[in-house]
Amino acid sequence: MSKPKFAMYWGASCGGCDIAVLNIHEKILEVDETFEIVLWPVAVDAKYADVEALPDGAITLTLFNGGIRNEENEHMARLLRRKSQILVAFGSCATEGCVPALANLYPRETLFETIYAGPSTENPEDRRPLERAAVPEGELHLPKFYPTLRTLDQVVEVDYIIPGCPPESRQIAAVLDVVFAALRGEAELPPKGSVLGAGISTVCEECPRKRDVKKIRSFRRIQDGPVDPEICLLEQGILCAGPATRDGCGALCPLAGAACIGCYGPSEGVADYGARLMSAVASVIDSRDPEEIERILDGIPDPAGAFYRFNLAGSLLRRGRWTMDGRR
Amino acid sequence: MNAATSDSPRIGVYVCHCGSNIAHMVDVEEVRAWAEETLKGEGVVVARDYKFMCSSLGQELIQKDIRELGLNRIVVAACSPHLHEKTFRAACEKAGLNGYLCELVSIREHASWVHTDKAAATEKSKMIVAGGVKRVRYDEPLDPLRVPIHKRTLVVGGGIAGIQTALEIANAGYPVYLVEREASIGGHMAQFDKTFPTLDCAACILTPKMVDAGEHPNITLLTWSEVTRVEGSLGNFQVTIRKKARHVVEDLCTGCGICTEKCPKKVLDTVFEAGLGYRKAIYTPFPQSVPKYPVIDVENCTYFVKGKCKACQIFCPTGAIDFEQEDEETTVEVGNIILATGFQTFDPRRIPQYGYGRLANVFTSLEFERMSNAAGPTGGEIVLRDGKTKPQSVAIVHCVGSRDRRYNNYCSVICCMQSLKFAHLVKERTGAEVYNFYIDMRTAYKGYDEFYQRVLSEGVNLVRGKVAEITDAARLPGEEGKLIVQVEDTLAGRQRRIPVDMVILSVGLEPRKDAYETAKLFGISCSANGWYTEKHPKLDPVATMTEGIFIAGACQGPKDIPTSVAQGAAAAARVLGHIQAGEMSMEPIRASVDEARCSGCRICNGLCPFNAISFHDDRRVTEINPALCQGCGTCVAACPAGAISGTGFSDAQVMAQIEGLLWDVRV
Repeated sequence: MSKPKFAMYWGASCGGCDIAVLNIHEKILEVDETFEIVLWPVAVDAKYADVEALPDGAITLTLFNGGIRNEENEHMARLLRRKSQILVAFGSCATEGCVPALANLYPRETLFETIYAGPSTENPEDRRPLERAAVPEGELHLPKFYPTLRTLDQVVEVDYIIPGCPPESRQIAAVLDVVFAALRGEAELPPKGSVLGAGISTVCEECPRKRDVKKIRSFRRIQDGPVDPEICLLEQGILCAGPATRDGCGALCPLAGAACIGCYGPSEGVADYGARLMSAVASVIDSRDPEEIERILDGIPDPAGAFYRFNLAGSLLRRGRWTMDGRR
Repeated sequence: MNAATSDSPRIGVYVCHCGSNIAHMVDVEEVRAWAEETLKGEGVVVARDYKFMCSSLGQELIQKDIRELGLNRIVVAACSPHLHEKTFRAACEKAGLNGYLCELVSIREHASWVHTDKAAATEKSKMIVAGGVKRVRYDEPLDPLRVPIHKRTLVVGGGIAGIQTALEIANAGYPVYLVEREASIGGHMAQFDKTFPTLDCAACILTPKMVDAGEHPNITLLTWSEVTRVEGSLGNFQVTIRKKARHVVEDLCTGCGICTEKCPKKVLDTVFEAGLGYRKAIYTPFPQSVPKYPVIDVENCTYFVKGKCKACQIFCPTGAIDFEQEDEETTVEVGNIILATGFQTFDPRRIPQYGYGRLANVFTSLEFERMSNAAGPTGGEIVLRDGKTKPQSVAIVHCVGSRDRRYNNYCSVICCMQSLKFAHLVKERTGAEVYNFYIDMRTAYKGYDEFYQRVLSEGVNLVRGKVAEITDAARLPGEEGKLIVQVEDTLAGRQRRIPVDMVILSVGLEPRKDAYETAKLFGISCSANGWYTEKHPKLDPVATMTEGIFIAGACQGPKDIPTSVAQGAAAAARVLGHIQAGEMSMEPIRASVDEARCSGCRICNGLCPFNAISFHDDRRVTEINPALCQGCGTCVAACPAGAISGTGFSDAQVMAQIEGLLWDVRV
């Protein structure tokens, strides 16, 4: 009897999700033992054509990380959706866009300008990527770069979501255990659409720091001075996203004295992570004087980056607004 | 499909013409047809339009459809929910459908009244209806909350409105706490000499009421006191009142006045005498003060300042003086609260060109009231600042600080009549030439215009024009040593300079400087100007948006004595209605915490204006007390985990409504 098939694929992502899967230590052997790995660019050699040749629904489990930035990402998302019984949006990029989605604040031309003509790029002939380019050997194609990065579920139907940047390896292992058990007929898979490998509350649930009624009179960053090891970071004026961020990581960053930056995304049922966090933070600013409030808020240097670092593509906003001539 | 909508919605849409209020700017028939056709997929079974949906025939239309078509959700597109939400909810209830399964969406205030393009207003109305239809699918049946009403009432402010309110309730047999910040009740009215238009003596009609209030077995008078904390809600408020130390033991004091007489320290009285007269450091504001007990002004008392004197204590025959007395806090439980905190007058120093505070013989209206009062600092003599010279000519300037974009854009209501009263009194007592400078003469209400005619016939000069400047810089012969009023006489069509001996500035009425803080303390709202906001400007003028809290008198906006008294009585009637009903139903709109999702971050803990939020340290979760929660939604919006939801305003409901409103831009 042939083994069930497994695929893992990356869209617009950094590769950290793949590493997090490999980081499950000896359990990776169980993955190999249980599954036939048909596609996993970071770990095994396989061709798109091999996947295309499979019958629809042939793959039992596909972990898809990365957002949908270009034509190739979309093609693979649709292909894998067709070929997979279970398609999982794996990690922050696939579920909510993550850091690559902050590019949604700018038009494509501005991005290309920054990337191909910026101070960190040596590009004396000032070239730009072209979708089609004639070379002596024939015509070359590059996948079309979309104006907006989308999340996986904005492109195809997704069965489960595993949040995190990247998902914690112990959480991945636990989810895989459920899958293994289900394949042996010993357990039921959770209802479709569930968020796996995380809680339903927020990081504060797992954070041991002491908390009180919050009153913020100024914001600071951890490098600005000593951080009290016991007291809630937000109460110390450090913009900790813990109150708005789904639990599951074990509050790793606040435990280390660094602010939660929100990589596990919104908590259960929240439509717009950034709006939630912003209204929460705004409501505990301890002043009624408009000018003082303005001054306090100026202590947050990059509000879009601070509140939508991981969630811009998955938010109600999805992207910045710009005019046809590229002005924001 | 969401669980809340799984009972397969059968929605009826009812579009109101509101006579021509809606129909003149919205094609009602088109909205109806669109809803019936396009929103079919959303569960709309029937859509109708009718001339007046709120009429009994309109309501019957809905009830008939509920019974015959088995409707389980209703959307009425008509006026604001403020107006008729209750009407349509009640109509649904009568047909056996829970009233909270009915949504009233506004196509009058939000469409027909605010637009001039009929096609666009019609399109917008369709979107508003779509929002209501999308939302109503998530509505859940709710039951109103029943709350018992405590029989005691708190009245804040002992001016004429507060006194009237307290007496009405007390006379009906129910206990009242009357809290007053000053040492005596009476308010501004106690400072006046005569009242317009009848010219009866203010003290003669006010003091009997003050005495009644002071002696009434059902009224607990708390003067020299302020409310510091308010908790609870309709039916059961817990109010903390700080009784400032009087340094006079009320149980021992007989009000004989020997202490005041013997006190060696004279202090300029800037409150009651408006800075025109003096009082002692131990004093009652005026001879007819209620209660009769004096207070020690510790900032000016020689003993408190220098550590010796004690003249009052030495001479007090009953040993009632207690220098060690401290502020006391008491907490009372009341079912309803009436705020009658009044007004303050505009400070004319803000208009430097009128010279008040710089030119000695420019007076404010309040100063003139004291001057003309027989019990006042001049014994009722109308004299210049030197205290003896009678003026030969007097200018009275209307609208000082009122109807002026630079100060207050509103009309202060009482100034025209007050100024005419002053003109009459000056004329009567000094025979001086009197000039009244007015922008528009406003003498509405009973007997007012007749009084105006009378003052005209007395030979008062009326100049229509806004005074530009009051100066002592003489330019023309006859101006030396006079105050010159520079004005454009808009009826004569020329500039005039009128030299006078005395100027009275009829200053406008303003909200008290701490009105905003007081409003916040009691959980009610203020207009942009700072006047307390009534529930409805026409139909519910003494209620506020906070159940169980009422307003009366000038704290709601400038008004004269008769209107203040009427409002005081009206507020009392509303409270008595509550008390006699024994219990009231309240909107079941409450916030609640999903404990599984609450992370105990405590973001919400300091935000509740009604103190309904508490934190359980042991379980690290937040809880909302439904008896205290008023459903304002502050914590719902602030909860970063989305763990708090508001009944009737769930995320699903709000998002669905937004989706409907954006119907035409769907991708």
